[in-house]
Amino acid sequence: MTRKRKRLAVIATGMCFLALAAGLTFYALGQRTSYFYMPADLLTQPAAAGERIRLGGLVQEGSVVRGEGTRVLFAVTDGANVINVVYEGILPDLFREEQGIVTEGTLSPDGTLLADTVLAKHDETYMPREMADRLKEEGVWKEE
Amino acid sequence: MSVELGHFALVLALALALVQSVVPFAGARLGSLSLMRVGEPVAITGFALVAAAFAALTLAYVQSDFSVLNVWENSHSAKPLLFKVTGTWGNHEGSMLLWVLILALFGAMVAAFGRNLPPTLRANVLAVQGLIASAFLLFILLTSNPFIRLQPAPMEGRDLNPILQDVGLAVHPPLLYLGYVGFSISFSFAVAALIDGRVDAAWARWVRPWTLAAWAFLTGGIAMGSYWAYYELGWGGFWFWDPVENASFMPWLSGTALLHSAIVMEKRSALKIWTVLLAILTFSLSLLGTFLVRSGVLTSVHAFASDPTRGVFILAILVFFIGGALALFAIRAAALAPGGLFHPISREGALVLNNLLLTTAAATVLVGTLYPLVIEAFSGDKISVGEPFFNLTFVPLFLPLLVAVPFGPMLAWKRGDLLAAAQRLQIAFVAAVIAGLLAFFMIDREAGFAAVGIALALWLLLGALTDLAMKSGVGKVTPAAAWRRFTGLPMSIFGTFLAHAGLGMTVLGVVCVTALETERILIMEPGQSTDISGYTLRFDGLSPFTGPNYTEDQAAFTIFSGGVVVDEIISSKRLYTARGMPTTEAGIKTMGFSQLYVSIGDEAAGGGLVVRIWWKPLVTLIWLGALVMMAGGTVSLFDRRLRVGAPTRRRPARSGERTA
Repeated sequence: MTRKRKRLAVIATGMCFLALAAGLTFYALGQRTSYFYMPADLLTQPAAAGERIRLGGLVQEGSVVRGEGTRVLFAVTDGANVINVVYEGILPDLFREEQGIVTEGTLSPDGTLLADTVLAKHDETYMPREMADRLKEEGVWKEE
Repeated sequence: MSVELGHFALVLALALALVQSVVPFAGARLGSLSLMRVGEPVAITGFALVAAAFAALTLAYVQSDFSVLNVWENSHSAKPLLFKVTGTWGNHEGSMLLWVLILALFGAMVAAFGRNLPPTLRANVLAVQGLIASAFLLFILLTSNPFIRLQPAPMEGRDLNPILQDVGLAVHPPLLYLGYVGFSISFSFAVAALIDGRVDAAWARWVRPWTLAAWAFLTGGIAMGSYWAYYELGWGGFWFWDPVENASFMPWLSGTALLHSAIVMEKRSALKIWTVLLAILTFSLSLLGTFLVRSGVLTSVHAFASDPTRGVFILAILVFFIGGALALFAIRAAALAPGGLFHPISREGALVLNNLLLTTAAATVLVGTLYPLVIEAFSGDKISVGEPFFNLTFVPLFLPLLVAVPFGPMLAWKRGDLLAAAQRLQIAFVAAVIAGLLAFFMIDREAGFAAVGIALALWLLLGALTDLAMKSGVGKVTPAAAWRRFTGLPMSIFGTFLAHAGLGMTVLGVVCVTALETERILIMEPGQSTDISGYTLRFDGLSPFTGPNYTEDQAAFTIFSGGVVVDEIISSKRLYTARGMPTTEAGIKTMGFSQLYVSIGDEAAGGGLVVRIWWKPLVTLIWLGALVMMAGGTVSLFDRRLRVGAPTRRRPARSGERTA
């Protein structure tokens, strides 16, 4: 095999892999799992029931109901719209009312989010940035 | 006083770094040996100065000198000594100082151990190292100075983020930085070679040990970070595809590629241009990682503070070094002599495949990490790219690589025999397929994934063993002769074996814990028991405990197996008093390679405690595998060919040399 043909073969293989990677990337980014929802988004562009989504917002004041076994009910709000969440498990250390959280799970047909993951801010200065920005836009941001 | 001395030492180190980046380079251009020689003492003295500055800061932390702003912000007098010391780099300023300390250490090591390098190459390498050091020292002094005083001095500090008050902080950042920054040496060698316009097999042989060392440290650093997150965050995940993790994973992927392409270059003098490019890319990804983590672009536990000037400064450094090196590459690469020829089915061919897959996989991680930032910058849309994305992109690219790994070492250089390699691997293949089929029929949840994963893991482990057996001639010669051959094998063969087997262990751990993990969430009253995966856990009760700078409620559990007490687990909810910040301290018991993981939540309304229990089968293999890979890198370092085989070592011309 000549030098030229060898190089061509290597480049062609490389291109194939790149094309494959690019294809996979576009496909994966097209999936809606990548998107981050606020309560308002769910009302304007509803996700299908059973679809896995990430929802961010503030825990609505007075909405947290514990004590139903290991289940916790609460509502996530962006100031105007509210989505109810049912979560099974241990809430993170910094989960409090009127606190920013991100939660992941699937939507049930009645619009409630069945969450399996709840992330709260890691420390006093941590708040998912995409959320902080959105909350500032909506004007419900509270400086601590 | 010592704080001012440390500050002064840092300024002096900057001055020396500037000398180091100019004088040896000028010497190499002008052909002046005496100017080139300046680099070595300057690099070593520069390291001593940065070390002095670092020691001064550490001393301020140990003495709880709250007149230093950085100490006041991140320390507390009641903190245990270990966390006072490690707290030195548990903040932005201190961690940048650690970064530069390690950079200076590597520069000093090239100066000290690089005596057999050609003088112009050594001078240029030290000059590039000096340039990187200058940029980062300037960054520290202008935007992130840890030596700023506070007037008047407060009585008590604000304490370190409780999540960081852990042994993990003593291990993870230093290891990770040794890896990140270690790649700066490969980078400097690549740039120096481009300046020289000469790259040969000898160059690859000098670069390999540095790359190996950096890779081994990075592997350890990432694994320790993963384990730390696993036990500290209290929900038992080991990898989150968080941008900060990706930032360390990308240099690891391209560093792994570099490690392999440097072998081809050393043995066959092929892939020269590609290896130089990879060396540049690997350190560029390390710099990108530093930028992503340190600039505040991303929010995570790692982003201690965000200050726009810092981000812009690091971005400037990034653009200068990556842009400069790539521009130099574009100008000079064509001048490098082309290398040897090889057949596609050969050791070289296998390593090219490895490189193509690793770099494309790194590219998908790069896209997944940067895409949300780019989208936000242009359209303002917020998206989060997480696990689903990487499962769809990274995993399909990584699977063929895992299939190919055992073939690589079996193929001969130049022209290999795929059929013969496949024949030798047939035992491993059959065993892996059987294990996969068994897994498919015995596991209910995600059976397909588990089957493929377990088969691949066994394929990697047995493939690595087969290679070792074949190379010692097992089955061909008498056992005694095979043993003699085995003990006489070069260390690098054992290194390859360990690294590939370690990869198999990690894959096995990931697959088993993902497919076979069991979880129970329930409310437990004192005295109540629950069963999980053959064990019975009894909740014994809550008791308060006061630590040096925290108070906690400890929940005690007794583990029974078949009615017999096996062990106990303490899991607690902790409150760090200085910051009023709660943390969950998971209780973990290791049983063989598996772990029981207990995390406690709030007290339930009707009494009792919310408890979350996981059985994590073979989970420790994830990190043990990484440690074995790290051991593989270390063992390879001790290969005689790398140690004494400095190819063109010239006899010292000095007549006064003693030969004792």
